[in-house]
Amino acid sequence: MADILGAEVDEEGFLVNLKDWTEEIAVVMAKGDDIDLSEEHWDVINFLRSYFEEYQIAPAVRVLTKAIGKQFGKEKGNSKYLYSLFPYGPGKQGCRFAGLPKPTGCI
Amino acid sequence: MLHTVNKSSFERNSLQSCLNTIDDTSVILLIEDGVISAANNANSSMLSDLATQGRVYALQGDVDARGISSKVADNIKLVDYAGFVDLVVEHGTAVSWV
Amino acid sequence: MATKKFMYLNRKASYGTAYAIESLEVVLIAAAFDQDVSLAFIDDGVYQIVEGQNTDGIGMKNFSKTFHALGDYDINKLYVSAESLVERGLTADDLMSLVYEDEDDDWAEKPSVKIVSNAELTKIMSDQDVCLSF
Repeated sequence: MADILGAEVDEEGFLVNLKDWTEEIAVVMAKGDDIDLSEEHWDVINFLRSYFEEYQIAPAVRVLTKAIGKQFGKEKGNSKYLYSLFPYGPGKQGCRFAGLPKPTGCI
Repeated sequence: MLHTVNKSSFERNSLQSCLNTIDDTSVILLIEDGVISAANNANSSMLSDLATQGRVYALQGDVDARGISSKVADNIKLVDYAGFVDLVVEHGTAVSWV
Repeated sequence: MATKKFMYLNRKASYGTAYAIESLEVVLIAAAFDQDVSLAFIDDGVYQIVEGQNTDGIGMKNFSKTFHALGDYDINKLYVSAESLVERGLTADDLMSLVYEDEDDDWAEKPSVKIVSNAELTKIMSDQDVCLSF
């Protein structure tokens, strides 16, 4: 079984145990995708984590987009912005960095 | 509407729940263990009114499989799979009570 | 794509079987298809939205929290059988306060849960294009 900094991950690179997550793990995961995490990345990652904590699911992209726009400003509430941060998809890639399971309904 | 019930009324409340929300034009089709409610037994009164109105069906194959074909209550109509399909076509939206 | 009316019929409590969580997952996936979605809670299904669930002691996910997200997914018609509540000694006050923001009314917060009689539920059901049972 593969691991990142000792935390077990599945075949798609998602954490097996949500509780294993640390910021360092997110940094290593991002490096693996050639991304240096910026403040803007962290805004989204932290949002995903608090959304999951509150609702026990990862938000659908449509819901994420709306909520990010509401919280961080209209110019960020669109999928173009989110995809510029997470080229493999704010849902799939963002959730992976945030230590969450793959979003429901995400293929 | 067509309501299908696939649980015995002695084991689950599926039939009762169906009866609680069925309207005046809907019909019931008993399938799988639901056909136990088609036999004459202590629960027969649950369906007797609707059966008298010709609104209760049971799937023949499931009745036969359970050896209760001689006990099917009066006015309950037996259908085969083709008859099942006809009921779906005739009554539109189907609701299954599982 | 023409919009159809979908109703999800929930008749089982949350943790004894997988029906409830499966239903909720299907609802969330289907929400992506922009259909007219409503949920009905009857029989033990009413326990799915009872306030104050705590699953720490059984090692299962407390997915009752997820019902609070439904408003964001434009799912805001949750019908609860009045008779089923009464049979179980429950009232409206025992249910979670689930709300949505009404786009057409300056995003005012409105309740998503509506308690209806079985007779009213009959009418709502007969108005659906598709009923899915869980």
